[in-house]
Amino acid sequence: METKDLIIKTEKNRKRLIEVVYKAKAGHIGGDLSCLNVLTALYAKQMNISPALKDDPQRDRFILSKGHCVESLYVVLEDAGFLKPEVLDTLGQFGSILSGHPTIEVDGIEVNSGALGHGLGIGVGMAIAAKMNKESWKTYVLMGDGEQGEGSIYEAAMSAHQYKLDNLVAIIDRNHLQISGNTEDIMAIDNIHDRWTAFGWDVVSMNGDDMQCILDTFAGIDFVNGKPHLIVSETTKGKGVSFMENVASWHHGVPSEEQYQQAIKEISDRIAALEKNV
Amino acid sequence: MKACRKSFTETLLELAKKDDQIVAVTTDARGSVTLGDFAKELPKQFVECGIAEQNAVGISAGLAHSGKKTFVCGPACFYVARSLEQVKVDVAYSQNPVKILGVSGGVAYGALGATHHSLHDIAVLRCFPGMNICLPCDARQTEKLVKFLVDFAEPCYVRVGRAAVPDIYEDDNFEFEIGKAVTLLEGNDLTIIGAGETVYHALEAGKQLAAKGIKARVLDMSWIKPCDEEAVKKAAAETGRIITVEEHSKFGGLGAMVCEILSENPVPVRIIGIPDENVVHGTNKEIFHYYGMDAEGIVKAAESFLK
Repeated sequence: METKDLIIKTEKNRKRLIEVVYKAKAGHIGGDLSCLNVLTALYAKQMNISPALKDDPQRDRFILSKGHCVESLYVVLEDAGFLKPEVLDTLGQFGSILSGHPTIEVDGIEVNSGALGHGLGIGVGMAIAAKMNKESWKTYVLMGDGEQGEGSIYEAAMSAHQYKLDNLVAIIDRNHLQISGNTEDIMAIDNIHDRWTAFGWDVVSMNGDDMQCILDTFAGIDFVNGKPHLIVSETTKGKGVSFMENVASWHHGVPSEEQYQQAIKEISDRIAALEKNV
Repeated sequence: MKACRKSFTETLLELAKKDDQIVAVTTDARGSVTLGDFAKELPKQFVECGIAEQNAVGISAGLAHSGKKTFVCGPACFYVARSLEQVKVDVAYSQNPVKILGVSGGVAYGALGATHHSLHDIAVLRCFPGMNICLPCDARQTEKLVKFLVDFAEPCYVRVGRAAVPDIYEDDNFEFEIGKAVTLLEGNDLTIIGAGETVYHALEAGKQLAAKGIKARVLDMSWIKPCDEEAVKKAAAETGRIITVEEHSKFGGLGAMVCEILSENPVPVRIIGIPDENVVHGTNKEIFHYYGMDAEGIVKAAESFLK
Protein backbone atom coordinates (compact mmCIF):
# COMPACT_ATOMS: atom_id res chain seq x y z
CA MET A 1 0.00 0.00 0.00
CA GLU A 2 1.30 3.44 -1.00
CA THR A 3 2.05 6.00 1.68
CA LYS A 4 -0.65 8.31 0.38
CA ASP A 5 -3.25 5.53 0.61
CA LEU A 6 -2.22 4.95 4.20
CA ILE A 7 -2.57 8.64 4.96
CA ILE A 8 -6.09 8.61 3.50
CA LYS A 9 -6.89 5.43 5.41
CA THR A 10 -5.71 7.06 8.64
CA GLU A 11 -7.87 10.13 8.01
CA LYS A 12 -10.89 7.91 7.38
CA ASN A 13 -10.12 6.02 10.59
CA ARG A 14 -9.83 9.38 12.35
CA LYS A 15 -13.25 10.42 11.11
CA ARG A 16 -14.76 7.13 12.26
CA LEU A 17 -13.03 7.52 15.62
CA ILE A 18 -14.55 10.96 16.19
CA GLU A 19 -17.92 9.53 15.21
CA VAL A 20 -17.83 6.55 17.60
CA VAL A 21 -16.55 8.59 20.55
CA TYR A 22 -19.17 11.26 19.92
CA LYS A 23 -21.95 8.66 19.76
CA ALA A 24 -20.71 6.67 22.75
CA LYS A 25 -20.20 9.89 24.74
CA ALA A 26 -17.00 8.38 26.11
CA GLY A 27 -13.45 7.57 25.14
CA HIS A 28 -9.86 8.68 25.49
CA ILE A 29 -9.85 10.75 22.37
CA GLY A 30 -6.61 12.69 22.86
CA GLY A 31 -4.42 9.57 23.07
CA ASP A 32 -6.59 7.79 20.51
CA LEU A 33 -5.68 10.45 17.99
CA SER A 34 -1.97 10.54 18.79
CA CYS A 35 -1.46 6.81 18.17
CA LEU A 36 -3.83 6.37 15.23
CA ASN A 37 -1.13 6.79 12.58
CA VAL A 38 1.00 4.07 14.16
CA LEU A 39 -1.92 1.69 14.66
CA THR A 40 -3.05 2.14 11.07
CA ALA A 41 0.48 1.54 9.78
CA LEU A 42 0.88 -1.58 11.95
CA TYR A 43 -2.37 -3.23 10.85
CA ALA A 44 -2.44 -2.09 7.23
CA LYS A 45 1.24 -2.52 6.40
CA GLN A 46 3.73 -3.68 9.01
CA MET A 47 2.23 -6.66 10.76
CA ASN A 48 1.47 -10.09 9.38
CA ILE A 49 -2.08 -10.12 10.69
CA SER A 50 -5.57 -10.33 9.23
CA PRO A 51 -8.90 -11.89 10.21
CA ALA A 52 -7.88 -15.03 8.29
CA LEU A 53 -4.72 -15.30 10.41
CA LYS A 54 -6.28 -14.56 13.79
CA ASP A 55 -5.61 -18.07 15.13
CA ASP A 56 -2.48 -18.74 13.08
CA PRO A 57 0.44 -19.46 15.46
CA GLN A 58 2.77 -17.66 13.02
CA ARG A 59 0.85 -14.35 13.06
CA ASP A 60 2.44 -11.24 14.49
CA ARG A 61 1.14 -10.22 17.91
CA PHE A 62 0.04 -6.76 19.01
CA ILE A 63 -0.64 -5.60 22.55
CA LEU A 64 -2.22 -2.22 23.29
CA SER A 65 -0.58 -1.61 26.65
CA LYS A 66 -2.06 1.91 26.79
CA GLY A 67 -5.42 0.13 26.81
CA HIS A 68 -7.49 3.25 27.46
CA CYS A 69 -6.96 4.18 23.79
CA VAL A 70 -9.04 1.20 22.72
CA GLU A 71 -11.39 3.25 20.52
CA SER A 72 -8.48 3.88 18.20
CA LEU A 73 -7.78 0.13 18.07
CA TYR A 74 -11.47 -0.59 17.45
CA VAL A 75 -11.62 1.61 14.35
CA VAL A 76 -8.40 0.08 13.02
CA LEU A 77 -9.73 -3.43 13.67
CA GLU A 78 -12.93 -2.46 11.89
CA ASP A 79 -10.94 -1.20 8.93
CA ALA A 80 -8.90 -4.42 8.93
CA GLY A 81 -12.08 -6.52 8.88
CA PHE A 82 -11.95 -7.89 12.43
CA LEU A 83 -14.89 -5.88 13.72
CA LYS A 84 -18.22 -5.37 11.97
CA PRO A 85 -19.51 -1.75 11.74
CA GLU A 86 -22.78 -2.70 13.46
CA VAL A 87 -20.75 -4.04 16.40
CA LEU A 88 -18.58 -0.93 16.66
CA ASP A 89 -21.77 1.13 16.68
CA THR A 90 -22.70 -0.52 20.01
CA LEU A 91 -19.75 1.15 21.77
CA GLY A 92 -20.97 2.74 24.98
CA GLN A 93 -24.21 0.75 25.05
CA PHE A 94 -25.20 -1.54 27.93
CA GLY A 95 -24.29 -5.15 27.17
CA SER A 96 -22.01 -4.30 24.22
CA ILE A 97 -19.05 -6.66 23.76
CA LEU A 98 -16.95 -3.53 23.45
CA SER A 99 -15.48 -2.43 26.75
CA GLY A 100 -13.70 0.85 27.44
CA HIS A 101 -10.47 -1.18 27.46
CA PRO A 102 -9.36 -4.06 25.22
CA THR A 103 -10.82 -7.52 25.85
CA ILE A 104 -10.34 -10.85 24.14
CA GLU A 105 -14.07 -10.94 23.40
CA VAL A 106 -13.16 -8.92 20.30
CA ASP A 107 -11.49 -10.77 17.42
CA GLY A 108 -8.00 -9.45 16.84
CA ILE A 109 -7.36 -8.50 20.46
CA GLU A 110 -4.78 -10.83 21.97
CA VAL A 111 -5.02 -10.02 25.70
CA ASN A 112 -7.13 -7.95 28.03
CA SER A 113 -5.36 -4.74 28.97
CA GLY A 114 -6.06 -1.41 30.55
CA ALA A 115 -4.18 -1.66 33.81
CA LEU A 116 -1.03 0.21 32.79
CA GLY A 117 2.44 -1.30 32.75
CA HIS A 118 1.34 -4.83 31.83
CA GLY A 119 1.78 -5.05 28.08
CA LEU A 120 5.54 -5.21 27.81
CA GLY A 121 5.90 -8.12 30.25
CA ILE A 122 3.34 -10.15 28.31
CA GLY A 123 5.09 -9.18 25.09
CA VAL A 124 8.39 -10.43 26.52
CA GLY A 125 6.75 -13.78 27.26
CA MET A 126 5.43 -13.98 23.69
CA ALA A 127 8.80 -13.07 22.23
CA ILE A 128 10.56 -15.70 24.39
CA ALA A 129 8.03 -18.30 23.21
CA ALA A 130 8.78 -17.43 19.56
CA LYS A 131 12.53 -17.73 20.22
CA MET A 132 12.07 -21.07 22.01
CA ASN A 133 10.14 -22.39 19.01
CA LYS A 134 12.61 -20.84 16.52
CA GLU A 135 9.70 -19.03 14.86
CA SER A 136 9.96 -15.72 13.05
CA TRP A 137 6.78 -13.92 14.11
CA LYS A 138 7.13 -10.58 15.86
CA THR A 139 5.55 -8.99 18.91
CA TYR A 140 4.60 -5.30 18.99
CA VAL A 141 3.64 -3.45 22.19
CA LEU A 142 2.29 0.10 22.20
CA MET A 143 2.75 2.00 25.45
CA GLY A 144 1.87 5.52 26.55
CA ASP A 145 4.41 8.07 27.74
CA GLY A 146 2.53 8.68 31.00
CA GLU A 147 2.51 4.90 31.38
CA GLN A 148 6.30 5.01 31.72
CA GLY A 149 5.73 5.71 35.43
CA GLU A 150 4.83 2.05 36.01
CA GLY A 151 7.78 0.15 37.49
CA SER A 152 6.78 -3.17 35.96
CA ILE A 153 7.85 -1.76 32.55
CA TYR A 154 11.46 -1.66 33.70
CA GLU A 155 11.33 -5.24 34.96
CA ALA A 156 10.17 -6.22 31.48
CA ALA A 157 12.82 -4.00 29.83
CA MET A 158 15.57 -5.79 31.76
CA SER A 159 14.31 -9.22 30.82
CA ALA A 160 13.91 -8.35 27.12
CA HIS A 161 17.60 -7.42 27.08
CA GLN A 162 18.58 -10.52 29.07
CA TYR A 163 16.87 -12.76 26.52
CA LYS A 164 18.12 -10.74 23.50
CA LEU A 165 14.61 -10.29 22.15
CA ASP A 166 15.25 -8.71 18.77
CA ASN A 167 11.81 -10.01 17.75
CA LEU A 168 10.12 -7.57 20.14
CA VAL A 169 9.20 -4.00 19.21
CA ALA A 170 7.99 -1.60 21.88
CA ILE A 171 6.61 1.76 20.82
CA ILE A 172 6.10 4.69 23.16
CA ASP A 173 3.41 7.10 22.01
CA ARG A 174 5.30 10.23 23.09
CA ASN A 175 2.57 12.87 23.01
CA HIS A 176 3.98 14.67 26.08
CA LEU A 177 0.65 14.86 27.91
CA GLN A 178 -1.02 12.72 30.52
CA ILE A 179 -4.33 13.20 32.30
CA SER A 180 -3.09 15.84 34.76
CA GLY A 181 -0.84 17.82 32.44
CA ASN A 182 2.61 17.72 30.85
CA THR A 183 4.50 14.49 31.44
CA GLU A 184 7.58 16.50 32.41
CA ASP A 185 5.64 18.22 35.20
CA ILE A 186 4.04 15.02 36.49
CA MET A 187 6.99 12.60 36.33
CA ALA A 188 9.72 13.52 33.89
CA ILE A 189 10.95 11.09 31.24
CA ASP A 190 12.73 13.55 28.99
CA ASN A 191 15.85 11.38 28.83
CA ILE A 192 13.79 8.44 27.62
CA HIS A 193 16.27 7.64 24.84
CA ASP A 194 19.23 7.36 27.22
CA ARG A 195 17.30 5.34 29.75
CA TRP A 196 16.29 2.64 27.32
CA THR A 197 19.69 2.60 25.69
CA ALA A 198 21.14 2.00 29.16
CA PHE A 199 18.75 -0.92 29.52
CA GLY A 200 20.40 -2.44 26.45
CA TRP A 201 17.70 -1.66 23.91
CA ASP A 202 18.05 -0.55 20.31
CA VAL A 203 16.37 2.87 20.49
CA VAL A 204 15.18 5.12 17.67
CA SER A 205 12.94 8.16 17.56
CA MET A 206 10.47 8.90 14.81
CA ASN A 207 7.86 11.49 13.95
CA GLY A 208 4.72 9.50 14.70
CA ASP A 209 2.57 12.18 13.10
CA ASP A 210 4.24 11.51 9.73
CA MET A 211 3.23 8.34 7.91
CA GLN A 212 6.32 8.19 5.71
CA CYS A 213 8.57 8.52 8.73
CA ILE A 214 6.67 5.70 10.50
CA LEU A 215 7.00 3.41 7.49
CA ASP A 216 10.70 4.19 7.09
CA THR A 217 11.33 3.52 10.77
CA PHE A 218 9.47 0.21 10.69
CA ALA A 219 11.36 -0.79 7.54
CA GLY A 220 14.65 -0.02 9.28
CA ILE A 221 14.18 -2.35 12.25
CA ASP A 222 17.04 -4.84 12.38
CA PHE A 223 15.35 -8.02 13.59
CA VAL A 224 18.60 -9.94 13.93
CA ASN A 225 20.72 -7.53 15.98
CA GLY A 226 20.23 -9.32 19.30
CA LYS A 227 18.53 -6.34 20.93
CA PRO A 228 14.91 -5.50 21.68
CA HIS A 229 13.68 -2.44 19.83
CA LEU A 230 12.17 0.73 21.24
CA ILE A 231 10.62 3.32 18.98
CA VAL A 232 9.94 6.67 20.60
CA SER A 233 7.06 7.89 18.49
CA GLU A 234 6.94 11.68 18.82
CA THR A 235 3.29 12.60 18.40
CA THR A 236 0.69 15.25 19.09
CA LYS A 237 -2.09 14.51 21.53
CA GLY A 238 -5.40 15.18 19.78
CA LYS A 239 -3.65 14.99 16.37
CA GLY A 240 -5.78 15.97 13.41
CA VAL A 241 -8.49 17.97 15.19
CA SER A 242 -7.29 21.57 15.53
CA PHE A 243 -8.93 22.43 18.83
CA MET A 244 -7.92 19.15 20.50
CA GLU A 245 -4.21 19.26 19.65
CA ASN A 246 -1.91 19.57 22.67
CA VAL A 247 -4.75 20.23 25.12
CA ALA A 248 -4.53 17.96 28.18
CA SER A 249 -8.25 18.18 28.95
CA TRP A 250 -8.98 16.28 25.72
CA HIS A 251 -7.43 13.20 27.39
CA HIS A 252 -10.94 11.86 27.76
CA GLY A 253 -13.04 14.74 26.49
CA VAL A 254 -16.23 14.21 24.47
CA PRO A 255 -17.01 16.74 21.73
CA SER A 256 -20.20 18.80 21.80
CA GLU A 257 -22.37 18.68 18.67
CA GLU A 258 -20.76 21.85 17.37
CA GLN A 259 -17.26 20.55 18.06
CA TYR A 260 -18.17 17.23 16.49
CA GLN A 261 -19.33 18.95 13.30
CA GLN A 262 -16.18 21.04 13.16
CA ALA A 263 -13.91 18.01 13.65
CA ILE A 264 -15.73 16.02 10.96
CA LYS A 265 -15.50 18.97 8.57
CA GLU A 266 -11.77 19.43 9.14
CA ILE A 267 -11.09 15.76 8.49
CA SER A 268 -13.48 15.49 5.55
CA ASP A 269 -11.85 18.51 3.90
CA ARG A 270 -8.44 16.87 4.27
CA ILE A 271 -9.71 13.59 2.83
CA ALA A 272 -11.26 15.44 -0.13
CA ALA A 273 -8.01 17.31 -0.78
CA LEU A 274 -5.96 14.11 -0.54
CA GLU A 275 -8.28 12.18 -2.84
CA LYS A 276 -8.28 15.02 -5.33
CA ASN A 277 -4.49 14.84 -5.54
CA VAL A 278 -4.35 11.08 -5.99
CA MET B 1 7.09 -37.96 54.35
CA LYS B 2 7.96 -35.61 51.53
CA ALA B 3 7.57 -31.90 50.83
CA CYS B 4 4.80 -31.08 48.37
CA ARG B 5 7.02 -28.51 46.61
CA LYS B 6 9.57 -31.24 45.92
CA SER B 7 6.92 -33.62 44.64
CA PHE B 8 5.61 -30.82 42.41
CA THR B 9 8.92 -29.93 40.78
CA GLU B 10 10.17 -33.53 40.47
CA THR B 11 6.97 -34.51 38.70
CA LEU B 12 7.17 -31.42 36.50
CA LEU B 13 10.75 -32.23 35.52
CA GLU B 14 9.89 -35.79 34.57
CA LEU B 15 6.97 -34.60 32.43
CA ALA B 16 9.00 -31.79 30.86
CA LYS B 17 11.72 -34.21 29.73
CA LYS B 18 9.10 -35.79 27.49
CA ASP B 19 7.25 -32.61 26.52
CA ASP B 20 9.32 -29.64 25.37
CA GLN B 21 6.32 -27.33 25.51
CA ILE B 22 6.45 -27.40 29.32
CA VAL B 23 8.18 -24.30 30.67
CA ALA B 24 9.11 -23.38 34.25
CA VAL B 25 9.45 -19.71 35.21
CA THR B 26 10.85 -18.37 38.46
CA THR B 27 12.17 -15.29 40.24
CA ASP B 28 15.58 -16.09 41.76
CA ALA B 29 13.74 -18.78 43.71
CA ARG B 30 15.00 -21.99 42.13
CA GLY B 31 16.31 -23.05 45.54
CA SER B 32 13.15 -22.18 47.49
CA VAL B 33 10.88 -23.90 45.04
CA THR B 34 13.31 -26.79 44.33
CA LEU B 35 13.68 -26.03 40.63
CA GLY B 36 17.48 -26.36 40.67
CA ASP B 37 17.48 -29.71 38.86
CA PHE B 38 14.97 -28.46 36.30
CA ALA B 39 17.18 -25.43 35.53
CA LYS B 40 20.25 -27.65 35.13
CA GLU B 41 18.67 -30.41 33.09
CA LEU B 42 16.31 -28.38 30.89
CA PRO B 43 17.78 -24.88 30.57
CA LYS B 44 15.91 -24.27 27.29
CA GLN B 45 12.59 -24.81 29.06
CA PHE B 46 13.49 -22.65 32.03
CA VAL B 47 12.97 -18.87 32.29
CA GLU B 48 14.73 -17.01 35.10
CA CYS B 49 13.21 -13.57 35.67
CA GLY B 50 15.36 -12.36 38.55
CA ILE B 51 13.61 -10.81 41.53
CA ALA B 52 10.63 -9.42 39.62
CA GLU B 53 7.35 -11.19 40.33
CA GLN B 54 5.17 -8.82 38.31
CA ASN B 55 7.28 -9.45 35.26
CA ALA B 56 7.40 -13.21 35.88
CA VAL B 57 3.62 -13.43 35.85
CA GLY B 58 3.36 -11.16 32.80
CA ILE B 59 5.97 -13.22 30.94
CA SER B 60 4.16 -16.40 31.96
CA ALA B 61 0.93 -15.02 30.53
CA GLY B 62 2.72 -14.30 27.25
CA LEU B 63 4.27 -17.77 27.18
CA ALA B 64 0.96 -19.48 27.92
CA HIS B 65 -0.79 -17.32 25.32
CA SER B 66 1.75 -18.61 22.79
CA GLY B 67 0.99 -22.24 23.61
CA LYS B 68 3.61 -23.00 26.25
CA LYS B 69 2.51 -25.14 29.20
CA THR B 70 3.66 -22.61 31.71
CA PHE B 71 4.37 -23.07 35.43
CA VAL B 72 5.50 -19.97 37.31
CA CYS B 73 6.89 -20.92 40.68
CA GLY B 74 7.93 -18.88 43.70
CA PRO B 75 7.02 -17.90 47.24
CA ALA B 76 3.23 -17.63 47.62
CA CYS B 77 3.55 -14.43 49.66
CA PHE B 78 5.01 -12.50 46.72
CA TYR B 79 2.98 -13.99 43.88
CA VAL B 80 -0.35 -13.18 45.48
CA ALA B 81 0.66 -9.70 46.61
CA ARG B 82 3.39 -8.04 44.54
CA SER B 83 2.16 -9.48 41.27
CA LEU B 84 -1.52 -9.65 42.15
CA GLU B 85 -2.63 -7.34 39.34
CA GLN B 86 -0.78 -9.44 36.78
CA VAL B 87 -2.50 -12.53 38.20
CA LYS B 88 -5.85 -10.75 37.97
CA VAL B 89 -5.52 -9.18 34.51
CA ASP B 90 -2.89 -11.09 32.54
CA VAL B 91 -3.77 -14.57 33.81
CA ALA B 92 -7.33 -14.84 35.18
CA TYR B 93 -9.14 -12.11 33.24
CA SER B 94 -7.29 -12.82 29.98
CA GLN B 95 -7.74 -16.58 30.51
CA ASN B 96 -4.11 -17.43 29.90
CA PRO B 97 -3.70 -20.94 31.34
CA VAL B 98 -0.73 -20.20 33.59
CA LYS B 99 -0.18 -22.50 36.56
CA ILE B 100 1.04 -20.54 39.55
CA LEU B 101 2.86 -22.54 42.20
CA GLY B 102 2.96 -20.62 45.48
CA VAL B 103 5.44 -22.34 47.77
CA SER B 104 5.87 -21.90 51.50
CA GLY B 105 2.29 -20.68 51.69
CA GLY B 106 0.38 -19.78 54.84
CA VAL B 107 2.80 -19.57 57.78
CA ALA B 108 5.29 -22.08 56.37
CA TYR B 109 8.09 -19.53 56.61
CA GLY B 110 7.28 -19.36 60.34
CA ALA B 111 9.62 -17.06 62.19
CA LEU B 112 10.52 -15.05 59.07
CA GLY B 113 7.37 -13.16 59.90
CA ALA B 114 4.38 -11.55 58.26
CA THR B 115 6.17 -10.29 55.14
CA HIS B 116 6.68 -13.92 54.20
CA HIS B 117 3.31 -15.28 55.27
CA SER B 118 0.43 -15.60 52.81
CA LEU B 119 -2.79 -15.70 54.76
CA HIS B 120 -4.93 -13.87 52.24
CA ASP B 121 -4.34 -15.79 49.02
CA ILE B 122 -7.47 -17.94 49.08
CA ALA B 123 -9.71 -14.99 49.97
CA VAL B 124 -8.32 -12.84 47.19
CA LEU B 125 -8.03 -15.40 44.41
CA ARG B 126 -11.52 -16.81 45.00
CA CYS B 127 -12.84 -13.47 43.76
CA PHE B 128 -11.10 -13.70 40.38
CA PRO B 129 -13.44 -15.24 37.79
CA GLY B 130 -11.68 -17.98 35.87
CA MET B 131 -9.09 -18.75 38.55
CA ASN B 132 -8.93 -22.28 39.94
CA ILE B 133 -7.37 -22.92 43.33
CA CYS B 134 -5.94 -26.13 44.75
CA LEU B 135 -4.10 -26.84 48.00
CA PRO B 136 -2.78 -30.41 47.78
CA CYS B 137 -2.28 -32.14 51.12
CA ASP B 138 0.59 -34.54 50.47
CA ALA B 139 3.24 -35.60 47.98
CA ARG B 140 1.17 -38.21 46.12
CA GLN B 141 -1.78 -35.88 45.66
CA THR B 142 0.61 -33.17 44.47
CA GLU B 143 2.04 -35.55 41.87
CA LYS B 144 -1.43 -36.31 40.54
CA LEU B 145 -2.23 -32.61 40.51
CA VAL B 146 0.80 -31.72 38.37
CA LYS B 147 -0.04 -34.48 35.88
CA PHE B 148 -3.56 -33.07 35.63
CA LEU B 149 -2.45 -29.42 35.32
CA VAL B 150 -0.02 -29.92 32.43
CA ASP B 151 -2.82 -30.08 29.87
CA PHE B 152 -5.46 -28.21 31.85
CA ALA B 153 -6.58 -25.30 29.66
CA GLU B 154 -7.39 -22.88 32.49
CA PRO B 155 -5.35 -20.88 34.99
CA CYS B 156 -4.74 -22.45 38.40
CA TYR B 157 -3.14 -21.36 41.65
CA VAL B 158 -1.54 -24.10 43.69
CA ARG B 159 -0.43 -23.46 47.23
CA VAL B 160 1.96 -25.80 49.02
CA GLY B 161 4.04 -25.54 52.17
CA ARG B 162 7.73 -25.90 52.74
CA ALA B 163 8.58 -28.82 55.02
CA ALA B 164 8.10 -32.52 54.41
CA VAL B 165 4.57 -33.56 55.30
CA PRO B 166 3.23 -37.00 56.29
CA ASP B 167 1.48 -39.08 53.66
CA ILE B 168 -2.29 -38.89 53.72
CA TYR B 169 -2.56 -41.20 50.72
CA GLU B 170 -0.37 -44.25 51.24
CA ASP B 171 -0.32 -45.49 47.66
CA ASP B 172 -1.31 -44.17 44.23
CA ASN B 173 -4.63 -45.93 44.25
CA PHE B 174 -6.94 -43.00 45.00
CA GLU B 175 -9.27 -40.75 43.05
CA PHE B 176 -8.21 -37.17 42.44
CA GLU B 177 -10.74 -35.21 40.47
CA ILE B 178 -10.98 -31.45 40.01
CA GLY B 179 -13.65 -29.95 42.24
CA LYS B 180 -14.18 -33.11 44.30
CA ALA B 181 -13.62 -33.46 48.04
CA VAL B 182 -12.41 -36.77 49.44
CA THR B 183 -13.90 -38.35 52.55
CA LEU B 184 -10.94 -39.59 54.58
CA LEU B 185 -12.90 -40.72 57.63
CA GLU B 186 -16.59 -41.61 57.85
CA GLY B 187 -18.69 -40.34 60.72
CA ASN B 188 -21.92 -38.57 61.56
CA ASP B 189 -21.26 -36.76 64.87
CA LEU B 190 -19.65 -33.76 63.17
CA THR B 191 -17.51 -32.95 60.13
CA ILE B 192 -13.95 -31.63 60.08
CA ILE B 193 -12.84 -30.07 56.80
CA GLY B 194 -9.21 -29.35 56.01
CA ALA B 195 -7.41 -28.01 52.94
CA GLY B 196 -3.75 -28.40 52.09
CA GLU B 197 -1.50 -29.21 54.97
CA THR B 198 -4.23 -28.81 57.60
CA VAL B 199 -5.76 -32.02 56.26
CA TYR B 200 -3.19 -34.02 58.20
CA HIS B 201 -4.15 -32.31 61.47
CA ALA B 202 -7.86 -32.73 60.72
CA LEU B 203 -7.34 -36.44 60.08
CA GLU B 204 -5.25 -36.92 63.22
CA ALA B 205 -7.94 -35.12 65.23
CA GLY B 206 -10.58 -37.38 63.67
CA LYS B 207 -8.62 -40.45 64.75
CA GLN B 208 -8.16 -39.14 68.31
CA LEU B 209 -11.85 -38.29 68.56
CA ALA B 210 -12.74 -41.79 67.35
CA ALA B 211 -10.69 -43.22 70.21
CA LYS B 212 -12.89 -41.17 72.54
CA GLY B 213 -16.07 -42.47 70.90
CA ILE B 214 -16.79 -39.39 68.79
CA LYS B 215 -17.25 -40.25 65.13
CA ALA B 216 -16.06 -37.31 63.04
CA ARG B 217 -16.29 -37.20 59.26
CA VAL B 218 -13.07 -35.81 57.83
CA LEU B 219 -13.01 -34.18 54.39
CA ASP B 220 -9.98 -33.35 52.28
CA MET B 221 -11.07 -30.15 50.51
CA SER B 222 -7.94 -29.69 48.42
CA TRP B 223 -9.92 -28.04 45.62
CA ILE B 224 -11.01 -24.67 46.93
CA LYS B 225 -12.21 -23.55 43.51
CA PRO B 226 -14.13 -25.19 42.01
CA CYS B 227 -15.22 -26.58 45.33
CA ASP B 228 -17.36 -29.56 46.15
CA GLU B 229 -20.52 -27.83 47.33
CA GLU B 230 -22.44 -31.11 47.44
CA ALA B 231 -19.97 -32.66 49.86
CA VAL B 232 -20.34 -29.65 52.16
CA LYS B 233 -24.15 -29.69 52.01
CA LYS B 234 -24.22 -33.45 52.56
CA ALA B 235 -21.91 -33.13 55.55
CA ALA B 236 -24.11 -30.40 57.01
CA ALA B 237 -27.28 -32.43 56.52
CA GLU B 238 -25.84 -35.68 57.85
CA THR B 239 -23.59 -34.49 60.68
CA GLY B 240 -25.17 -31.18 61.76
CA ARG B 241 -21.92 -29.45 62.73
CA ILE B 242 -18.83 -28.46 60.79
CA ILE B 243 -15.35 -27.45 61.84
CA THR B 244 -13.07 -25.96 59.19
CA VAL B 245 -9.31 -25.84 59.63
CA GLU B 246 -7.25 -23.53 57.42
CA GLU B 247 -3.77 -22.08 57.33
CA HIS B 248 -5.24 -18.73 56.32
CA SER B 249 -6.98 -15.72 57.78
CA LYS B 250 -10.37 -16.61 59.21
CA PHE B 251 -11.70 -13.99 56.81
CA GLY B 252 -12.63 -15.10 53.32
CA GLY B 253 -11.03 -18.55 53.27
CA LEU B 254 -12.21 -22.14 53.65
CA GLY B 255 -14.45 -21.46 56.65
CA ALA B 256 -16.09 -18.46 55.04
CA MET B 257 -16.61 -20.49 51.87
CA VAL B 258 -18.35 -23.28 53.79
CA CYS B 259 -20.62 -20.71 55.48
CA GLU B 260 -21.48 -19.20 52.08
CA ILE B 261 -22.43 -22.63 50.75
CA LEU B 262 -24.64 -23.29 53.77
CA SER B 263 -26.14 -19.82 54.04
CA GLU B 264 -29.61 -20.93 52.94
CA ASN B 265 -29.66 -24.07 55.09
CA PRO B 266 -27.21 -23.26 57.85
CA VAL B 267 -25.74 -25.49 60.53
CA PRO B 268 -23.27 -24.33 63.19
CA VAL B 269 -19.77 -23.86 61.74
CA ARG B 270 -16.61 -23.29 63.76
CA ILE B 271 -13.76 -21.72 61.82
CA ILE B 272 -10.25 -22.53 62.96
CA GLY B 273 -7.59 -20.36 61.36
CA ILE B 274 -5.56 -17.23 61.90
CA PRO B 275 -7.46 -14.40 63.64
CA ASP B 276 -7.32 -10.78 62.47
CA GLU B 277 -3.99 -9.96 64.08
CA ASN B 278 -0.29 -9.96 63.30
CA VAL B 279 0.74 -13.58 63.65
CA VAL B 280 2.65 -14.56 66.79
CA HIS B 281 6.38 -15.09 66.13
CA GLY B 282 7.46 -18.72 66.06
CA THR B 283 8.00 -21.76 63.91
CA ASN B 284 5.09 -22.90 61.81
CA LYS B 285 4.55 -25.77 64.25
CA GLU B 286 4.43 -23.38 67.20
CA ILE B 287 2.07 -21.09 65.30
CA PHE B 288 -0.25 -23.99 64.47
CA HIS B 289 -0.33 -24.98 68.13
CA TYR B 290 -0.86 -21.43 69.40
CA TYR B 291 -3.94 -20.92 67.23
CA GLY B 292 -5.37 -24.39 67.87
CA MET B 293 -4.79 -25.54 64.30
CA ASP B 294 -3.04 -28.80 65.22
CA ALA B 295 -4.78 -32.06 66.14
CA GLU B 296 -4.80 -31.19 69.84
CA GLY B 297 -6.52 -27.87 69.20
CA ILE B 298 -9.02 -29.38 66.78
CA VAL B 299 -9.96 -32.14 69.28
CA LYS B 300 -10.54 -29.51 71.97
CA ALA B 301 -12.66 -27.44 69.59
CA ALA B 302 -14.70 -30.50 68.60
CA GLU B 303 -15.37 -31.52 72.19
CA SER B 304 -16.51 -28.04 73.22
CA PHE B 305 -18.55 -27.73 70.02
CA LEU B 306 -20.48 -30.91 70.81
CA LYS B 307 -21.27 -29.91 74.41
